[in-house]
Amino acid sequence: MISLSHYLVLGAILFSLSVAGIFLNRKNMIVLLMSIELMLLAVNMNFIAFSHYLQDAAGQVFVFFILTVAAAEAAIGLAILVVLFRNRRTINVGDLDTLKG
Amino acid sequence: MTFAIPDMAPALPEMFVLGMACLVLLVDLFVSDRGRGATYVLSQATLVGALFLTLGGNPEPVVTFSGTFVRDPLGDVLKAFIYGVVFFVFLYSRDYLRDRGIYRGEFFVLGLFGVLGMMILVSAHSLLTVYLGLELLSLTLYAMVAMQRDSALASESAMKYFVLGALASGMLLYGMSMLYGVTGTLDIAELSRAIAGVEDRAVVSFGLVFLIIGVAFKLGAVPFHMWVPDVYHGAATSVTLYLGTAPKIAAFGMLMRLLVDALGPVQGDWGPILVILAVLSMAVGNVVAIAQANLKRMLAYSAISHVGYLLLGVLTGTADGYSASLFYVLVYAVMGLAAFGMILLLARAGFEADRLEDFKGLNERSPWFAFMMLVVMFSMAGVPPFLGFWAKLYVLLEAVRADLVWLAVVAVVFSVIGAFYYLRVVKLMYFDQPAEPVPLQAGADMRVMLSVNALVILGLGIYPGSLLALCGNVFSGTG
Repeated sequence: MISLSHYLVLGAILFSLSVAGIFLNRKNMIVLLMSIELMLLAVNMNFIAFSHYLQDAAGQVFVFFILTVAAAEAAIGLAILVVLFRNRRTINVGDLDTLKG
Repeated sequence: MTFAIPDMAPALPEMFVLGMACLVLLVDLFVSDRGRGATYVLSQATLVGALFLTLGGNPEPVVTFSGTFVRDPLGDVLKAFIYGVVFFVFLYSRDYLRDRGIYRGEFFVLGLFGVLGMMILVSAHSLLTVYLGLELLSLTLYAMVAMQRDSALASESAMKYFVLGALASGMLLYGMSMLYGVTGTLDIAELSRAIAGVEDRAVVSFGLVFLIIGVAFKLGAVPFHMWVPDVYHGAATSVTLYLGTAPKIAAFGMLMRLLVDALGPVQGDWGPILVILAVLSMAVGNVVAIAQANLKRMLAYSAISHVGYLLLGVLTGTADGYSASLFYVLVYAVMGLAAFGMILLLARAGFEADRLEDFKGLNERSPWFAFMMLVVMFSMAGVPPFLGFWAKLYVLLEAVRADLVWLAVVAVVFSVIGAFYYLRVVKLMYFDQPAEPVPLQAGADMRVMLSVNALVILGLGIYPGSLLALCGNVFSGTG
């Protein structure tokens, strides 16, 4: 039997992986966007697990909204990435160092 | 299962702004660059109309849409100020946008959708509504920062803002999922009833920490402030003006909805965390601002320090503390509006006027606006009799009343350190020689409204009673 804590641990591992991906990644901006998606999916895992064990549909409704917003967020993120690439000819995270201080 | 039509009337201002934003989007498709004035006038009319709808509504608190939306005095006051601030933002931005070739409908449409997001955020009565309002606001802000497409600085700051903003949303959501797990509800009122009875305090604290990290990111409190200076610096000044003022009011609304309305019973858990955030914000904001040569960057660090003072009132957990913080955030929005407005006033085609040295000798170029800038800087530093003094005084008073005298002393010390960089601007304006003594080029509407804005700071500073009473009434029912 898979218990609630199994799901929560999985969610926590996915969440930590995505946060580590955002902070450790120094190469590619696309990987950063993927980490952000993973983070939202980790939260979805939590909501679904709670929703099932509480027998309450509100958590599942929340997940649908998160999925929709994640799609909009990815669209804006990729659009900003295209603008950035046009101006800088690079999507290397380490090169984003013009603004400092 | 039955379906009851919800009571739509409390959300009338939101529906009006949504409809008008779509209308502005459509109208803008059919006007040429010469007729852009139509977009501008329609956007301003939207804000004025929404103000009348908000003020004309029933002042009693109403919860509707199956408990996801609330209309109450706090929401109404915050919304009224958001409309007013954005009205001034649009007015100040016109010449600046035209000079840079980005005077397009997008700025106004995105601005209106951002206003809608802020309205939903401050009227949220469910964790879901908080999230949706916040995302609607954030997504429009990311796009607005990136709007200056040919600027490498703007696109870099947009990317940084996007990544850190998305990280903050993720943290917030993770905290919300934990709170949902322990209480079994998303409704803010039910959550606040359920949270006191939860036996597993560790999970509550765990969720609470993530929630506060998310809110602190959005407010720009240290140590989650990394995006603030880069975004303020890199974005076009008119966008900085927008995102430095109205969203602060909305972020305060979010703080009240989440920490006070939903998590009020566990104030003992979140109060100490806010104390740490407040001390760090005041310290880092005020000290690092001294080292800045760019005025937009300096004002960004100043914004960080103001967030620290704002938190002083909230962390006391009393109704008086909340109203002192409400007063602070409204005053800050008015001051920020005037400060960034001054940069827009001095800017012209090909010249940003965002360095400190661009303010040298302003007194010789225009004594009146040098005086206006002096009013704004003195008010931000907290010199009496300007408005900023009262704001600082009341949050300090509430900290002392909550037996946090050491915190009030720390706040005063950092406020004295902060006075240095505000007064440096005044010194540059009055005692240095201008690099190029050209007269100001701004239009008459901008000059008049900027003067009104600064005179409001002076006038309300001498007679602060009405605004104070307004902020006091909002929280008179809670305790």
